[in-house]
Amino acid sequence: MSTTQERPADAVEREIGRDRRRKEDQRLITGRTRWTDNITLPGMVHLAMVRSPFAHARITSIDTAAAKESPNVVDVLTGADLGESLGVNINAWPITPGQVTPTHSPMPSDRVAFAGEIVAVVIARSPAEARDAAELVDVEYDVLPAALDLKEAAAATGDQGALAHPDLGTNKSAYWVFDSGEAGTGGSVEDAIAKARTDGIVIEREYRQQRLIPAFMEPRSTVVDPTGEQLTMWSATQIPHILRFALAATTGVPESKIRVIAPDVGGGFGGKLQTTPEEWITWAVARRLGKPAKYTETRSESLMAGHHGRDQWQRLTLAAEKDGTVTGFKVDLLADLGAYVSLVGGGIPVLGAFMYNSIYKFPAYRFAVQTVLTNKTWTDAYRGAGRPEATFAIERMMDELAAEVGADPLEIREKNWIKHEEFPFTTVAGLEYDSGNYEAATARAKEMLGYDELRAEQRRRRESGDPVQLGIGVSTFTEMCGLAPSRVLGSLDYGAGGWEHASVRMLATGKVEAVTGTSAHGQGHETAFSQIVADRLGVAFEDVEVLHGDTQVAPKGLDTYGSRSLVVGGEALVRAADKVIEKAKPIAAHLLEASVDDVEFSGGRFSVRGTDQGMAIGEIALATFAAHNLPDGVEASLDSDATYDPVNFNYPHGTHLCAVEVDTETGALKLRKYVCCDDIGNIINPLIVAGQVHGGLVQGIAQALWEEAVYDESGTLVSGSFVDYLLPTAADTISFEIDHTTTPSTTNTLGTKGVGEAGTIASTPAVVNAVVDAVRHLGINDIQMPCTPERVWKAITGAGGGPTEGAAMPHFDASTGMEGTVDRTTGGTDA
Amino acid sequence: MIPAQFDYLAPTSVEDALAALAEHGDDAKIIAGGQSLLPVLRMRLNAPEMVIDLGRIESLRGVRDDGDAIVIGAMTPHAVVGADPLVAEHAAVISRAVEHLADAQIRHRGTFGGALAHADPAGDLGAPALALGAEFVIQGPGGTRRVAADDFFVDLFETAIGEDEILTEVRIPKHTGWGAHYEKFVRVAHQWPIVAVAATVRVDGGTIAEARIGLTNMGSTPLRARGVEEALAGQPATEDAVRAAAARATEGTNPPSDLNGDADYRRHLATVITRRAVLAAAGG
Amino acid sequence: MTRISLTVDGARVSDDVEPRLLLVQYLRERLGKTGTVIGCDTSNCGACTVHLNGTSVKSCNVLAVQADGAEVTTIEGLATNGQLHPVQEAFRECHGLQCGFCTPGMIMQSVDLLNNNPKPTEEEIRLGLEGNLCRCTGYHNIVRAVQQASGQGAPA
Repeated sequence: MSTTQERPADAVEREIGRDRRRKEDQRLITGRTRWTDNITLPGMVHLAMVRSPFAHARITSIDTAAAKESPNVVDVLTGADLGESLGVNINAWPITPGQVTPTHSPMPSDRVAFAGEIVAVVIARSPAEARDAAELVDVEYDVLPAALDLKEAAAATGDQGALAHPDLGTNKSAYWVFDSGEAGTGGSVEDAIAKARTDGIVIEREYRQQRLIPAFMEPRSTVVDPTGEQLTMWSATQIPHILRFALAATTGVPESKIRVIAPDVGGGFGGKLQTTPEEWITWAVARRLGKPAKYTETRSESLMAGHHGRDQWQRLTLAAEKDGTVTGFKVDLLADLGAYVSLVGGGIPVLGAFMYNSIYKFPAYRFAVQTVLTNKTWTDAYRGAGRPEATFAIERMMDELAAEVGADPLEIREKNWIKHEEFPFTTVAGLEYDSGNYEAATARAKEMLGYDELRAEQRRRRESGDPVQLGIGVSTFTEMCGLAPSRVLGSLDYGAGGWEHASVRMLATGKVEAVTGTSAHGQGHETAFSQIVADRLGVAFEDVEVLHGDTQVAPKGLDTYGSRSLVVGGEALVRAADKVIEKAKPIAAHLLEASVDDVEFSGGRFSVRGTDQGMAIGEIALATFAAHNLPDGVEASLDSDATYDPVNFNYPHGTHLCAVEVDTETGALKLRKYVCCDDIGNIINPLIVAGQVHGGLVQGIAQALWEEAVYDESGTLVSGSFVDYLLPTAADTISFEIDHTTTPSTTNTLGTKGVGEAGTIASTPAVVNAVVDAVRHLGINDIQMPCTPERVWKAITGAGGGPTEGAAMPHFDASTGMEGTVDRTTGGTDA
Repeated sequence: MIPAQFDYLAPTSVEDALAALAEHGDDAKIIAGGQSLLPVLRMRLNAPEMVIDLGRIESLRGVRDDGDAIVIGAMTPHAVVGADPLVAEHAAVISRAVEHLADAQIRHRGTFGGALAHADPAGDLGAPALALGAEFVIQGPGGTRRVAADDFFVDLFETAIGEDEILTEVRIPKHTGWGAHYEKFVRVAHQWPIVAVAATVRVDGGTIAEARIGLTNMGSTPLRARGVEEALAGQPATEDAVRAAAARATEGTNPPSDLNGDADYRRHLATVITRRAVLAAAGG
Repeated sequence: MTRISLTVDGARVSDDVEPRLLLVQYLRERLGKTGTVIGCDTSNCGACTVHLNGTSVKSCNVLAVQADGAEVTTIEGLATNGQLHPVQEAFRECHGLQCGFCTPGMIMQSVDLLNNNPKPTEEEIRLGLEGNLCRCTGYHNIVRAVQQASGQGAPA
């Protein structure tokens, strides 16, 4: 007897599309969660890092004697002490053969290249004692000139302008170009620009993608247990499989001896798509001491030393005919890598390279990026990774073009975009867009916003000189997601493939284990993947257990990033489930005493065509487990694996519209309404999709309005705590109206497209376009991000909107007057 | 995230607290609600050897009526001050300022006296205290003394409280029937104010008879905008009149420049925010 | 070391602690109440929010010694007799969480908010949660969850 809850025959395909409440939530809402920092092992030691306060300095001496004498300190180790056992932190994506890549030791012993780099590790019996002793480590530095400003660094020679790594002789890491003329995907952009200069429109702008910090809520934490035959690492990571590979490749431990577990992981947004010095140091310490070791960062450490995102200058030239038909787009980027070329950091701008043409039919396109080393925190993926930059650039430029032509920004877009009947469409960047309907999404979004009414209100406010002006922002975005066809990655010199792996195991009791190589950190895979497998196998949602995030449980996989989990990992699950059905079919036929050709599978049942005879898949599973009566030559297992390599990216798109009020007296901005209509193909779970959209929107809006990692002139991160790195709160955001149009993707079985990054990619230009739209009649055509009230006000008053002051609010820093000694003059009372 | 080691005393009377302060002197730090001190200790920007907790001294809590003044005990939590009917009736600008001070959790724990004694110029209570002409009651080994608000704030994080003294209560002259508003300008809600203005006005038949204005984060201490007060006295409560008066909000200010804005921008903000605060106070 | 005795999630506990020990560390490291988490070091994020004598506080901003004699409720003590608190239910029902790291603090603050204001407006909810940061949800569904828990329905 199977214990599978049988589903009625009419229940076929009923899980997909349901707003199932998440399986993950019970433990998360009751506090029974397994964060890495919750793990405690017998005899475990705790690590505290000693970090450089200087952006660039030679280490002249490290005195650990006093720290070693501190109570319950086990040891204090430097890079010299740990030597080769430390391994190195690798760059997996050299974007050009000649890329200049500095060696990245997890703990350098001679020279530090950014403020926050680790120079010593204290190991003690408690976190408090480790921290106490870390204060006693005396490091002497010889401060070196630091390369800080991106443009200056790009121009620096060493003789003139500081080098981030003097031994490399340059700050220029790699120069990567895509040119449609050379690639044969389009014409020459220079010709298009030349022609437009004589009898068309040329728009030239320079935009700043400010430096951002992923700022996942769970600080990174790592526990390493070396006491078993295998070494086990728990880490707050998005990439347990890549982490395991990199540990093996760089520390000399066989891959088969390494188990990496990503337990509950509290957000990532690309920020945990990294192999970190902290992980490598914890690994080395645990191996050296033979004891379990734990390191958990503070928020300040996280903001200072976890990788940052974006940080580019974009020089853009758009050529068009006088009616607004675009004839060419040229993109020149400077991208700040920070001090090292991180795991995929050099490739982030390249991930955007194919997207600057977006949904439009440009005849000519050229993209070039110069990646640049500086003495700041290393940069890498942050939600969207390359595509938000691309979308921002083109969507801002389309608004500029509309203003130049004197047309509505939506009309100018429609004039240039790919019509729905033109799919599949090969773009000027060489990608084949499989499906989409920009007209439909835009029409729906306009209706949701009340576009025409708001335009009328905008006119009224302008005419009356209202101190509060209204702006309407447009962003008709697309992106490429579902990283990635391995052949494409290979052609880009990426160090791995883009396939995903899955296993589906039918247990004797009719329960199903669905194993995925993706690694969730908030997305809800356990729920959405259960829905997919339940439908495919015709079993109950509750009977599917999704297993992930442990290289021993899910030994193959390439983890979670780039909106790939559903469209690549989900497809792998579908294929594994289909193999289970294929394996079960001959057994079912045998047990039903029918020919295989007469057996069909539907709604969880194998039935003999034209009869009422049949068996549930769970019954087949039990019979297979018993193996008493199997056909000759058939193995006693239904378990199946699939490795799926996508044939193409997929291309979600959508139209985002927002209305922003600008208080022209103060520069303050108020989000009034935000609507979006996204086409993400077929939807597995609308509840989860809505959550992804909402969260993505706020992260993108936050880039437009609030967030910026700012360094002072000495290379200290000024926005180094949540006091100064401004994440929005509930009180700063609004409720959103979201909807969907659906053109299923044609490149995967489920017809799905990625949704994890869409909101972030789309929303930033929508908001900035709205802000600029509100004040364009005052002669303003740009405000640098984040559009702070100060910048807006200065733009309005003609005072310019220069860089942010490199100074923090002094509430929790040395200027509280309390550093080192007790400040008696305050009477010692505090809030 | 982990403070350095310290010893801890939790006296139950002001006398015991003063004795502990006398004994430990420079090595001691007083903790009231701890909502600013604990982050500083966690980040090891300060490392006192002794922390003296006033949290167990019941006599320092509460709001009472004392004739022409109301008296707020130094250890009264913000949330209690914010909900107190005496404060709402006689010192409404304090109620308005407390409403949006920090966040709910911090208002539960942080204290009225602690915040004032901490003297962060971006703190929300200094400007209302100045505007209302509060008197600070400070107890030391030699007894109790009263310090006027104008003399209380000395510099950044520095007040008139002596090193052997404790702020025990704050006396607020009653401003019964005065209109009040606290206008706070922030980029995100959990920030300290970039600039804020506490305004309380007595309106008599459409005319501003008296106005008291305090400025937050426009210098190294909270400031009283006397120029604005003078300019407002006797003026009609109209947009134009108030706008003209508010232009004087920059007088005597020396605002900081930081990530959220430079000094020029803050000066400009002060004039706009002052106008809005006064109009709101006069209208309410 | 200082001796403290308090009630945590209904259980009486007593320990010798260093005065510098934060309440959140006491909960996590000494009592194994790891449902309450640490998200920042400046008391901005609110992930560590618990109830101290019935009102919400950030447990990173309270010393364990200051909780001597107090009653503390954490996310782990919110459900009674196996029944989830209505706010917990609403967070699940409205998808008010994704990674779940801010969730314990967000739920504890939402409970406090509703204790003080059983029928809050959307604006009051948003302001009442200003001391809690979430990076996943964009707050939209958190606001819905609090509305639902307050019996005011939850429009999509």
